[in-house]
Amino acid sequence: MLRLEARAEPSRWMVWLSPLLALAITVAFGVGIFLAMGKSPLLGLSMFFWEPIKSPYNLSELALKATPLILIGLGLAACYRSNVWNIGAEGQYILGAIFGGGVALLAGDHTPHAIVLPVLLAGVLGGMVWAALVAALRDWFNANEILVSLMLVYVAQYLLDYLVYGPWKDPEGYNFPQTRMFADPTLLGHLIDGTRLNWGFPIALVAVALVWVFLFRSVAGFRLQVGGLAPGAARYAGYSSRKALWTVLLMSGGFAGLAGALDAIGPLQQLTPQVSQGYGFAAIIVAFVGRLNPVGIVLSGALMAMFYIGGELAQSRLGLPNAMTGVFQGLLLFALLACDTLIHHRIRLKR
Amino acid sequence: MDMTASLIATTLSAGTPLALASLGLLINEKSGVVNLGAEGMMLMAAVVGFAVALHTGNQWAAFGAGAAVGALLAAALGLLVIWLGTNQYATGLALTLFGAGLSAFLGIDYVGKTLPNFPPWDIPGLSQLPFFGPALFRHHLMVYLTILLALGMIWFFDRTRAGLVLRAVGESPEVAHALGYPVRRIRLLALVCGGALVGVAGAYLSVIYTPLWVQGMTAGRGWIALALTTFATWRPARVLLGAYLFGGVTMLQFFFQGSGVQVPSQLLSMLPYIATIVVLALMSRNPLWIRVNMPASIGKPFTPGG
Amino acid sequence: MRLALEHISKSYPGVKANDDISLQVEAGEIHAVLGENGAGKSTLMKIIFGAVQPDSGRIVWNGAPVRIKNPGMARDLGIAMVYQHFALFDSLSAAENIWLGLGQGMALADVERRIDAVAQRYGLDCAPRRPVHTLSVGERQRVEIIRCLLADPKLLILDEPTSVLTPQAVEKLFVVLRQLAADGCSILYISHKLDEIRSLCHNCTVLRAGRVTGRVDPAKETEASLSRLMIGADPPALQHRPAQPGEVLLRVDDLNLPGDGEFSVPLQHLSLQVRAGEILGIAGVSGNGQQELLGVLSGEDRRAPAAALQLAGEPVGALGPAQRRWRGLHFIPEERLGRATVPVLSLAQNMLLTARPSETSSRGLIRRRVLGDQAQAVIARFGVKAGGPQAAARSLSGGNLQKYIVGREILGRPRVLIVAQPTWGVDVGAAAQIRGELLALRDAGCAVLVISEELDELFEISDRLQVMARGRLSPSIARADATVEQIGIWMSGLWPQDGASRTEATHAAA
Repeated sequence: MLRLEARAEPSRWMVWLSPLLALAITVAFGVGIFLAMGKSPLLGLSMFFWEPIKSPYNLSELALKATPLILIGLGLAACYRSNVWNIGAEGQYILGAIFGGGVALLAGDHTPHAIVLPVLLAGVLGGMVWAALVAALRDWFNANEILVSLMLVYVAQYLLDYLVYGPWKDPEGYNFPQTRMFADPTLLGHLIDGTRLNWGFPIALVAVALVWVFLFRSVAGFRLQVGGLAPGAARYAGYSSRKALWTVLLMSGGFAGLAGALDAIGPLQQLTPQVSQGYGFAAIIVAFVGRLNPVGIVLSGALMAMFYIGGELAQSRLGLPNAMTGVFQGLLLFALLACDTLIHHRIRLKR
Repeated sequence: MDMTASLIATTLSAGTPLALASLGLLINEKSGVVNLGAEGMMLMAAVVGFAVALHTGNQWAAFGAGAAVGALLAAALGLLVIWLGTNQYATGLALTLFGAGLSAFLGIDYVGKTLPNFPPWDIPGLSQLPFFGPALFRHHLMVYLTILLALGMIWFFDRTRAGLVLRAVGESPEVAHALGYPVRRIRLLALVCGGALVGVAGAYLSVIYTPLWVQGMTAGRGWIALALTTFATWRPARVLLGAYLFGGVTMLQFFFQGSGVQVPSQLLSMLPYIATIVVLALMSRNPLWIRVNMPASIGKPFTPGG
Repeated sequence: MRLALEHISKSYPGVKANDDISLQVEAGEIHAVLGENGAGKSTLMKIIFGAVQPDSGRIVWNGAPVRIKNPGMARDLGIAMVYQHFALFDSLSAAENIWLGLGQGMALADVERRIDAVAQRYGLDCAPRRPVHTLSVGERQRVEIIRCLLADPKLLILDEPTSVLTPQAVEKLFVVLRQLAADGCSILYISHKLDEIRSLCHNCTVLRAGRVTGRVDPAKETEASLSRLMIGADPPALQHRPAQPGEVLLRVDDLNLPGDGEFSVPLQHLSLQVRAGEILGIAGVSGNGQQELLGVLSGEDRRAPAAALQLAGEPVGALGPAQRRWRGLHFIPEERLGRATVPVLSLAQNMLLTARPSETSSRGLIRRRVLGDQAQAVIARFGVKAGGPQAAARSLSGGNLQKYIVGREILGRPRVLIVAQPTWGVDVGAAAQIRGELLALRDAGCAVLVISEELDELFEISDRLQVMARGRLSPSIARADATVEQIGIWMSGLWPQDGASRTEATHAAA
């Protein structure tokens, strides 16, 4: 009979071992699924873990995919550390794409390239506005932020649909639901010729450093963490929980919106109903698997990007359905949560 | 007159899956466990229910399968949350993401398939009444069963000892444990029973309400059901009313389109979600009211012998 | 021989809670288990009651060895326990609570009838149909006792039953217990209050650091000898110089504050003053508004009008806790973990909660070395046993953590220090040290306000006393003029008032 026994001190090893263990469990399940579908597990695994990193071009694609995941994940890490459960990053991402795309649509072929800056700022604003709704409803009405932020995801998607089927539809687009392609000056330049990698990735890395300093070295970050770890102590110290709420929501909304705008003028170059590939939800997993730590999030963001790319490759080359990615993502989080128990408990054989 | 009667009828029918899911979640929350996996459970139950209905032609087998799926997933959630002590919110979320992905995966072969028709039950005599007949008495059996379920739950919580024990566990698991009650087993039982109901709701959606399978077809109903339990302050009768209200709002969009009002369809589609936010905000405004009715131990982990 | 414990031992990670304990209780005997906090009394009771399993040793019940695997089995044997923190569901009625506590097979109406019968027999008045959250603390304890009695127990365990009672209520309880013992029920009475044990109990087993240090007849012992068995030495004597009070540093004038929720106590016409260089002690059973008053004083509750609270003449009622600290008002709450400190953060990081920003941060960034030095200073000066400034707050024992918290606030150079339950759950050595530090602080000119449930402690260190009951404060009285009996009466709200409001202050904490 296996028993769980509480540890006297949480295990430092397990904090970093647990995600690896969870990954191993997910891979094991993956092998099982591949076998059940009649495909070679080795080939399947190579789609997910070897292909995405095997050439510089592939690495650049990986970085491109990881950028929004890392950006959104950073903001969510701040939220979750403060015990604010923002589940609607998906909606904030969409609003960032809408606002950024809206400004981009204003530009023509002769607009100076500096238009990129207002586009990105508009994206940040869009995400913040959407997150501000969540903060306001929780601050003034005490409404649960999980449900509000989630409802707003559906509203955001319908808003995008409305714009793209309606007022922003490309008049020369054969009635397809899409805006016209954005003018050249609005597009993010390619950092390295021959790749699609753009300024988004370096921006994400800078954000990682800034958020790390914020969370672990600044007084404001300390206040946020205390608010999440021990709300009674935060009240005792005089920390404002209202300030914390608005700070983390605006921060995560801004990051998600920035990611949305970056994607709009980066790989997408127009707005369609399918702007989002579920990054807002995947970023939740990225945040957890990365232990709510900016450095960890870079790694888990890369991992999640590998799942996305692997899923696409497995679909095009092996005929496996794209929905596999979602299965793996969910499995990873499940396995992580289960393995995390080992941080505070140890397994013993008892008779 | 006909339009109103048909509006009422569709409201009842649209509200039923919400009510079923929300009543199931109510059982979960009364015992102190928040189940954020509802959306994923409903999707999984919907795809499995659809498949069973397609292969067996038997709707009750489909409902049974949906219930089984819901119960199984709830048990998995329970194992993690109750015995391993994982965070209730994160684990529920993981279940939803997993359920969404797996249901999309499993349902690939079922997109575009049609089911045999499962007709509603016209209550003999009553269904011939003018106005009330078409409005109230020509529904699928599940609609009537849901109402009976809500009434049964009222009786259960207020009048039976088992209901009292459940309420006690939800209020203070530590005290219940000290009194010798098997808190973890009771919570698991509540999770599984509630999960089964959520599963039935999912199966109803794909087998009766819109008899088809499409990825993500629950469209957030699991989340709305969660919101419902909060603003119905954990009372079965209010859950029922709230569910019908939301069913009605969902129906409004078709009502508007039918009546020729020129509002873009996407904006109308937003209505149920915006309505949820508005009602949630209004209901939560008085924190005291929620706190008084809420099972006190919701969301908090419990370890015996701690 | 009703109950015999033979060589019971139990260890937890890092500590041996019970070490080879043997104990015997006869039928109809009231047996005390005496020991200070941390001596292992609670663990031992949990073993008897089946909530915890011993590592070794055995339990013999009515002559036969038994293994009590869970509370249900204990109940079946006839063992009942009245907890220190009551095992009651607030939103249910007393009768429903009791019904849940009994096994299956009885209807609610039968239970209500039996409750009335038992209450009659032992003089325990109780209102079975009212929801528990409307009952006073003393009434809730009675509900607990009735619940135990309905199960017809052969052994009743009481864990620190009088910490929540006024002296008069304690007497009433003793009457009930003596009647029970006379009827043949054995009683295990857990306490650290020497005078109660000497007055009530036939025999006493003394525990210290998990071991039995003595088995005595309390009537034949003095408080000093019992104390020696309990802590291994004579209690340290405190230096108490006469007070030299200066100007009024903290003043509350006629504070009225409505309740803030279902269970909170409204404050009415509260007035108090604390001068520099004196200690004002506020006595009273928990639940009479102390938490609410502390919230107003600390700034966690800012509903009071700005002028109702004055710090050295300046109205501070609208300021938050941090701003009050900058002006010299420091506060030590009764909850060490989760309020005074963040359990998972280190002692150095916890300094930041109440530190001066000018010293510990620069341009928004934390100066980690300064924090570490400050924590080290506290550890050194106050003798905190910890693994250094990086040790997590929750790794410290209760007494050491309290020393750290007290030290952190004292080294913050307060003009006014407010302390709640300064030595609750703290071992005797640390408690004496803390009280000594408070006296030293007062001698240095600080104004100190102490709110405590322990009358002995208040009598030891206060210069003046007031009593809090039902959200009101008694007039202040010099400690030299006060007696325990008088304070006990005041704890029921019966202090001399100006006429009209006397009738309200009845039923305070019966």
